[in-house]
Amino acid sequence: MSKALPSLLLAFFFLASAFPALAESTRVGNLVIETPWARASIGMSRPAAAYVTIRNEGQTADILTGIETTVSAMPEVHRMEIKDGVSTMGPVGPLEIPANGSVTLAPGGLHVMLMKLQQPLTKGGQFSMTLIFKNAGRVDVSVPIYSVGASGPEQ
Amino acid sequence: MKTIHLILWGAVAVGLILFLWLNIFQDASHLIEDGTSQNTATTFTPTFSLTDHQGNVVTEKTYRGKWLLVFFGFTNCPDICPTTLADLASVMEQLGADAKAIKPLFISVDPDRDQMETMAQYVSAFHPAIVGLTGTGSQITETAESFKAYFEKQPQESAPDGYIMGHTSAVYLISPDGAFIRTYSYGMSPEEIVADLEQKL
Ligand SMILES: [Cu+2]
Repeated sequence: MSKALPSLLLAFFFLASAFPALAESTRVGNLVIETPWARASIGMSRPAAAYVTIRNEGQTADILTGIETTVSAMPEVHRMEIKDGVSTMGPVGPLEIPANGSVTLAPGGLHVMLMKLQQPLTKGGQFSMTLIFKNAGRVDVSVPIYSVGASGPEQ
Repeated sequence: MKTIHLILWGAVAVGLILFLWLNIFQDASHLIEDGTSQNTATTFTPTFSLTDHQGNVVTEKTYRGKWLLVFFGFTNCPDICPTTLADLASVMEQLGADAKAIKPLFISVDPDRDQMETMAQYVSAFHPAIVGLTGTGSQITETAESFKAYFEKQPQESAPDGYIMGHTSAVYLISPDGAFIRTYSYGMSPEEIVADLEQKL
C-alpha cells in the first residue's frame, strides 16, 4: 500500500492536470466557486456574459453583493426570464446563496452581465473576476473564455 | 335538514364541475399561448420589407423556396440571443446537405442600435448562413405584427443606453411557400429541431 501511494498521487496529479475544468474550483470560507466561464464577445460595444456555480457548504446563507473585474466597468448579476413567450432580463440585486445549497449562473437563467467592456473577450483567453460575498468576503476567480456560441463550460 | 344537505351537496357538485372545467380550460389556453403546439389551427403568411446585413432590400418573397427559421432579438442581448443563434448554427451544421433548403433569419427588434454593419458583425460570428435583418422602426413593427411576434422597449437604468428589449423568444418555422408552420420554443435542443425539420424537408 505504501509503495502504491506515490504512484497514486502521481496518477491523480496527471488526471487533475488533464482535466483543468475539474480543478477549477476556488474555496473561500464555506463557499466553493466552480467552473467559471464566459463567452467570447463580439467587439467591445455590446455587453458580454459570464457564468459560474457557487456552492455553499455552510450552515448559514451568504449573499453575493457585488462583482468586480477589469474587463467590465459595470458587471451585474442579471436574470433572463421568459414570460408568456417573451424574454426579458434585468438586475437581480444581492443574490442569496442558501445554506447547504448552490446557485448556478447558466445560459437561459442567471448571468453576470459584463457591461461597458474595457477589452474584447477573446476565445481561448481568460480574465480575472472578483466575487464579493457578505460573509465569505472577496474571492478572485480566473474565467476562461470559450466560443461566442458556447452553451456550457465544456466547450 | 334534509333539504339543506341536498343544497350543500348540490353546491359541492357545481363547484367540482366548475373547478374541473376551469382547469381543463386553463390548460388548453396555456397550450395555445405557449405556441409550442404543432397543430396550430390558424396559419398565416408573414410579410416584411427589411434590409439584410449586406445592404440588400429583402421581402418575404426573397426567400420563397426555402424553409425559414426566424428569430427576433437584438445584438445587445448577451444571453438568450447568442444561445439561440448558436443553436441555429448547430442546426445548420447537423443538417449537412439538407441545410441548403433552410435560411435562418435574425431580425433585430432594436433598429436604433442594430444598423447593417452591426448585424453583419454579429451574425457572422455564429454561422455564414445566418442572415441578419434590420430596418426602420416602423418596418420592424410591421414585421413583428405580421409574425404575431412581440417586442417592447423597456427602460432599465443600468442597461446600456438605459433600455433593454423584451422580445418573443421562440423561433418561427416558415414553409417554402411562406406560410407559418410552427414555433420552436426557447430551450428546445438543436437535435429536437433537426429531427422535426428532417420530417418536413
Ligand atoms: Cu443581462
